[in-house]
Amino acid sequence: MTPVPRLDDLLREAAPKAIGALVRRFGDFAACEDAVQEALLAAATQWPVDGVPDNATAWVVRVASRRRIEIYRADEARRRREALVVARDVRPDPDAEEADDTLTVLLLCCHPALTVPSQVALTLRAVGGLTTAEIARAFLVPEATIAQRVSRAKQRIKDAGATFDLPSLEARSASVEAALGVLYLIFTEGHNASAGSVVHRRDLTVEAIRLARQLRARLPGDGEVAGLLALMVLTDARRAARLGLDCAMVPLAVQDRRTWDREALTEGVALIQWALAHAPVGPYQVQAAIAAVHAEATHAEATDWPQILGLYDILLRLSPGPMVSLNRAVAVAMVHGPRAALDQLDAALHDGTLAVHHRLDAVRAHLLEQDGDRNGAQQCFERAARRALSMPERQYLETQSERLKSIGGS
Amino acid sequence: MKYLILIYSNPMSRALWAGFSPTEQAAGFQYYAALTEELAASGELVVAEALADVATTKRVHLRDGQTLTTDGPFAEAKEHLMGIYLVQCASLERAVAIAGRIPEAEYGLVEVRPIMALGGSDM
Repeated sequence: MTPVPRLDDLLREAAPKAIGALVRRFGDFAACEDAVQEALLAAATQWPVDGVPDNATAWVVRVASRRRIEIYRADEARRRREALVVARDVRPDPDAEEADDTLTVLLLCCHPALTVPSQVALTLRAVGGLTTAEIARAFLVPEATIAQRVSRAKQRIKDAGATFDLPSLEARSASVEAALGVLYLIFTEGHNASAGSVVHRRDLTVEAIRLARQLRARLPGDGEVAGLLALMVLTDARRAARLGLDCAMVPLAVQDRRTWDREALTEGVALIQWALAHAPVGPYQVQAAIAAVHAEATHAEATDWPQILGLYDILLRLSPGPMVSLNRAVAVAMVHGPRAALDQLDAALHDGTLAVHHRLDAVRAHLLEQDGDRNGAQQCFERAARRALSMPERQYLETQSERLKSIGGS
Repeated sequence: MKYLILIYSNPMSRALWAGFSPTEQAAGFQYYAALTEELAASGELVVAEALADVATTKRVHLRDGQTLTTDGPFAEAKEHLMGIYLVQCASLERAVAIAGRIPEAEYGLVEVRPIMALGGSDM
């Protein structure tokens, strides 16, 4: 049985294609994007009643074009001119119909002139086909905030003089890198949502993976695109295991690996193996490789920590940051013992290569406990819990602190 | 990340405000309106609200399933919460920079608190 495409999927596939078709016909990305958004809203209410048209994209293009002409006429009327100039801006280019609009729209949405929140909002709307309301629900902010980000982003694109063309190959690598950053941010936002809290946030991980797959289909030779897709797929495969029944965080070491999604893990491992063999290495690939090493261990004790430490050494060179240093310290502890890890953390703090981070105490607490210093570990867990910035994290850290208090036996 | 910016008043800042001429007070409101407008335009504003006078506070108690209220003012608090900005921005540094532009910051009456996320990243 062939699966029937869901309405949402049809709409989302149609969004960037329709924008491309309209921009080529009418010019003005901002107005075309608005018109397509309205057509998608119309489709979402009409299709469930009237049935899904045979060619969903063509339907969206037709309705959006009509809307686009209305917008044009309204603008013209405001300028006290006649509506007959519609034809002036028409740029028919039948050959270009086959052009790859999804990639063009994605790279335009991630234009370097935009702030990151604007890139995220515009990408989800124009490439992802999500409505402003859906994006607002996912990010837990009012709809007006997202609407503002989208319109400001489009204004900036206009001001920057960006055109609706695929950037040249040299210029493309920077745009692709920005796009990868945006997709990863969308993924992380969804992945970090707590289990039962908000269903819409889960949609963000699905959406990020879908968009990364689209990007990979368009740039099959790009190692970092493959690396990011692998990283997302491997991380998402562990979703079911990472939160306990009490919604506290479950660390990797004690997760129930039987609940990991085997099929996704296989896909992710294959992707990263391909990337490492065929493309220059990059930070997403290294992170995916680390995730793959974890995936290949059937139980925590079977983890190949020396390999993970080697990968963190590479990652620290490629993209240094406090989270990389802290995660690397965990690997150091597994290979060389907790004392060595604590010494390295202290040294990094001392020489300024590690900035103070809200996770520092949490990592230190784990290392101190492994080193046998229960008292110090308990105090660190307590301090870490106070500094935690998410509920599940705080819950987990408080539990650890309580556990050590009770073992300590007053 | 979301951050809550809390703006307090204290006896000194209240006396200062009371001493302003109507024109000066209007300029003060104008300044806040412009800041709010700017944050809305940058897409960082989630919500901004000014609170009614502390005298209008109702303290709520539940007694035997009955909701009772006591009226303010509650003189014991010298610093009163006057208003809030909820912003979503790139970093704590950015939130602090926004907070620094609130006039009350000059008197140490502005605080920034990170909002707890419902979820959390991998550990």
